[in-house]
Amino acid sequence: MKELEIIVCAKQIPDPEAPLSDVSMDAEKKEVIVDAPLVISPFDENALEAALLLQEEIDAKVTVLSLGKKVSDTVLRKSLAAGADELILLEDGAFEKLDSHSVACALADAIKKIGEYDLVLTGRQAGDWDSGQVGLILGELLALPCINLAREVKVEDESVVVKKAIPGGYELVRAKMPALVTVSNEVGELRYISRTKMFKMLRGASSIPSWSSEDFVSAQEELQKMGIVELSSPPDMGRNCEFLDGATPDELADKLAAVFKALR
Amino acid sequence: MNDVLILGEVIEGSVDTRTLELLEAGKKLGSGLGGGLSVVVLGDKLSEVAEQVASYGPDKVYKLEHPLLKDFKADLWLESLEQVCRQINPKIFLMSHSFIGMELGPRLACRLNTRLTTDCTDLRIDPEDGLLLRTKPVYGGNAISIFKCPAEPQLATVRGNVFTPAEPVDGNGEIVDMVPEINESMIKVESIEVVKEDVVSLDNADVVVAGGAGIGEEDGFEILQDLSKALSKSFGSVMIGCSRVAVDKGWISSDHQVGLTGTMISPDIYIAVGISGAIQHLVGMFHSKKIIAINTDPGCNMFKVADYGVVGDYEKVIPALVKRLEELS
Repeated sequence: MKELEIIVCAKQIPDPEAPLSDVSMDAEKKEVIVDAPLVISPFDENALEAALLLQEEIDAKVTVLSLGKKVSDTVLRKSLAAGADELILLEDGAFEKLDSHSVACALADAIKKIGEYDLVLTGRQAGDWDSGQVGLILGELLALPCINLAREVKVEDESVVVKKAIPGGYELVRAKMPALVTVSNEVGELRYISRTKMFKMLRGASSIPSWSSEDFVSAQEELQKMGIVELSSPPDMGRNCEFLDGATPDELADKLAAVFKALR
Repeated sequence: MNDVLILGEVIEGSVDTRTLELLEAGKKLGSGLGGGLSVVVLGDKLSEVAEQVASYGPDKVYKLEHPLLKDFKADLWLESLEQVCRQINPKIFLMSHSFIGMELGPRLACRLNTRLTTDCTDLRIDPEDGLLLRTKPVYGGNAISIFKCPAEPQLATVRGNVFTPAEPVDGNGEIVDMVPEINESMIKVESIEVVKEDVVSLDNADVVVAGGAGIGEEDGFEILQDLSKALSKSFGSVMIGCSRVAVDKGWISSDHQVGLTGTMISPDIYIAVGISGAIQHLVGMFHSKKIIAINTDPGCNMFKVADYGVVGDYEKVIPALVKRLEELS
């Protein structure tokens, strides 16, 4: 069997694990400001892991695409350190605040430019806007079979076989490749990357290819911004926490037991 | 008069509660626009379901019966819904943010060249231009954004448990039969088998004992299991929950996951053990009546939403607590 070409779409976002206190709002600019380091969106890391698991089993080339106004190659090089073969940054000021459909259009153009592919993997949703749209729209634009919410991705002959999460279990489904699969976290977290590997990749001299909008977007005038009319803070979730104190686990257990007794 | 259209979902022969919630939301929007409300149902045998939906008072129920529409097959449902939308041109089309809506919404939006907002928690009509205002929590719930887009149908998937379910009314809606043009060649994704698993239904729990990254290893959940057992003697239904990290690490299956992409719950008591409280987790449990947090880090987010906090090592505190609870019972 010829080498399998896998494309993984990965978005760079502010760390969604950031504490509440590091998140603020610019209501006028309609922007959420997160004072946190940039990371690869967690579900996209799961998608990369799904690709790398396939790569261990069969001859596969994994290409990672990341699109944004400004994409940090230091953040995305993590994908190379984890085992991806190629990384292409899709960077352009025109990609700022695009709606899901426009992001999918741009990604579809980039994938068409790459040409050869068997599988396109994306995370089920991004950890910033939580829309869960780009992957499936991308599949539609490329006229591919679409499988949503994969728990496990395998390849058999010319088909992709997926355990798709459904309420109360899973559905085993099969589609002819090329196909698009959105990946859920059950696939597992991105593999551990040793410090040596990470440093080697960060210091590696090889430059990462970067394409701007005019290099690959077919209809730049059709890229639309998100239609946000208002942005506000959520209702306060905070409560007054009563800290139970005790010098030993037994003392703490006594106080906790009393709390449970009162709640009974 | 097809201003607002709703996708009706059926679970074990009955209309899904989420659909009734959409009906309630849709009624308000429809009256705001001065237009009608319709529901579309898909399946192989729908007479009873269509009657049932009609009793909740939509103007019309579009009944799409076809042997191939038995069970949810995304490719065929999508094709059918595209045909319905092209025929009746709804201004607004609403679906539940269920696994069906999550999959059909984006793909339908693409095919109809319109824009979708997912997981909405409020819907209103802008009095100035009559367009749909779609409220959606973003950044895991750290911000609330309102979206608007003129392309029709204006598409939204709606979060469950936000709107109250509609009640039956006098006077039934009209049932309209439609025949979708679909065939087997349209199926691009073939279903091999559906596997039912023994899963927990966290939304039925009175008490949830949940573990996260701070549990440190798979075996840690056995300690939570012990606490769960001890609590079940005094409280009704006690279940094990977890954060996304615990699932990613392979310690526990995803049916236990609480949060934005897991289950959203509001039990009587939520016990968070070793969960730092990423916002996407907090939005799934902060409505719990009482929250108890056990964590080694006194500065973690979970303590900010908790009623009671214990700063300490769960591996020591919980076994001691279990012993104490057993003495008490």
